[in-house]
Amino acid sequence: MKVTEKDVAYVADLANLELSAEERTGMVRDLNSILDYIGRLNELDTSNVEPMAQVSDRYGVDESKQGSARFAYASREDIVEGLRKSLPQEVALENAPDADGTFFRVPKVIER
Amino acid sequence: MQTTHFSIDAARSAIQERSTTALALAEKHYARIQKDDGQIGAYLTLCKERALEQADRIDRMAAEGKPLPPLGGVPVAIKDVMSTRGVRTTAGSKSLGHYIPPYDCTAVARMEASGAVVLGKTNCDEFAMGSSNENSAFGPVRNPRDLGRVPGGSSGGSAAAVAADMAVVALGSDTGGSIRQPASFCGVVGLMPTYGRVSRYGLIAFASSLDHIGPLARTVKDAAIVLRTIAGRDPMDATSADVPVPDYVAELDKPVRGLRLGVAKEYFGEGLDDEVRHAVESAVDKLKKLGCEIVPVSLPHTPYAIPTYYLIATAEASSNLARYDGVRYSYRAAGVKSLSEMYRRSRDEGFGAEVKRRIMLGTYALSAGYYDAYYVKAQKVRSLLTRDFEEAFSRVDAIVTPTSPTAAFRLGEKSNDPLAMYLADIYTVTADLAGIPGISIPCGETQEKLPIGLQILGKHFDESTILRVAHAYEQAA
Repeated sequence: MKVTEKDVAYVADLANLELSAEERTGMVRDLNSILDYIGRLNELDTSNVEPMAQVSDRYGVDESKQGSARFAYASREDIVEGLRKSLPQEVALENAPDADGTFFRVPKVIER
Repeated sequence: MQTTHFSIDAARSAIQERSTTALALAEKHYARIQKDDGQIGAYLTLCKERALEQADRIDRMAAEGKPLPPLGGVPVAIKDVMSTRGVRTTAGSKSLGHYIPPYDCTAVARMEASGAVVLGKTNCDEFAMGSSNENSAFGPVRNPRDLGRVPGGSSGGSAAAVAADMAVVALGSDTGGSIRQPASFCGVVGLMPTYGRVSRYGLIAFASSLDHIGPLARTVKDAAIVLRTIAGRDPMDATSADVPVPDYVAELDKPVRGLRLGVAKEYFGEGLDDEVRHAVESAVDKLKKLGCEIVPVSLPHTPYAIPTYYLIATAEASSNLARYDGVRYSYRAAGVKSLSEMYRRSRDEGFGAEVKRRIMLGTYALSAGYYDAYYVKAQKVRSLLTRDFEEAFSRVDAIVTPTSPTAAFRLGEKSNDPLAMYLADIYTVTADLAGIPGISIPCGETQEKLPIGLQILGKHFDESTILRVAHAYEQAA
């Protein structure tokens, strides 16, 4: 599986990255080198192995319980601002590159 | 220059007994930072006002004769991936160059509630992605032991600050070795707790199933005190575990005689520097003399850990870093004409080369047609790696390994070869994938006087045992 310039352009598009021509060339080289190394995973037969997405679904929980019962400790009442107060609007906007006091301001989304 | 070389207990007792003040101790540290940090570069931001306010609060407690909390007046450093209310938090990235969080990371809040004086925020690889601290948008950190060498990464600033007496202890984060490897390179103690042991709330996310917060310290006891402070369930992080927190400090002095320590041949193979090998083997001998039983164990899937890690970590990162869109708090490129151009150019200008490389790799691994071949495959191998540890830990209480295959390398030595840099994490990533705790402690030096690290890995939620072994070794060494 060899990554081409075209693949890099496609993936950069998915990731919302601009990438200069020079960056794309470097990326083709680096991704191929890394994926070549990663290819060694194919030496392993994993057809009967369950994928592991998380540590916390198996360790530090009561294993005698099943499914969501294992995480009963992490659930809470569905109350507005039950855990903490929501950020006031002016605080939420403080770090914005562009805001008008009420909304985040962005360039025009729809051209017509 | 007066010394800033204190343990937590020495600093706290001196303040409690009024032989110094928290204010004086903080000022002394700032003087040390002023004098030495120009050439090291450990700190990105100092928060003197916040520190002196806290120091004053502690001094008033001491003056009133009230018992100080465990970290009362102790100057600490925080890796700049942990949010601090009102204090700039950059994650070492231009994309967060002006970000001022509106809330505190739970671990930081717990440190302060326990009396710690936060001196400032430490430099790190951008979004904690790196093994040398050369990926910071704000310049590298230099190893206090040899300024021509890297401090390790990604918690390079935290390790360097502690090694150079510019903080008593520091918090770092570890996703693939980012606490233990810099601890090893700088000659300090670094502890990665079990996944879920410490809340990740307020930690800027890199790879959510692998991110851990933990201490860097000059002694094992100081690391234990910090862990006791920050560990425990936090309702703000659903993955923080509901497991009781033992008194790690009280357990330090329990005997190690009779403990079974595993040594895995997979951690002593090709690529391991001879000086590191000898130092670690001598450390194992010393532990044997202390009464531990040394047991050969096998972790057969170890050679697959790096490829597994670099698929899972980058896949999670590509998703986590999608939030840097230039709208709410991150860098926005100037002169953009459309929303799409704004996203693309803001991210292109805001992220450094390594971050883009990882976003690309992760996006590729998650993309249609490759998801099963790469991402799911890696998740399956993650199961195998975890099973390796389960089997080994059915026979031993802890496993001892080198922390890193080499001592600190030179600045620039690996920065043009991403794969060579990734291999620097070869002995640390597996513990992150399995979620088990690991500690790195100094175990000697190379001929060039560079520190070497011994890694001790433990069972899930059994930090007590690895701390106890580390403490026994440290006391005997």
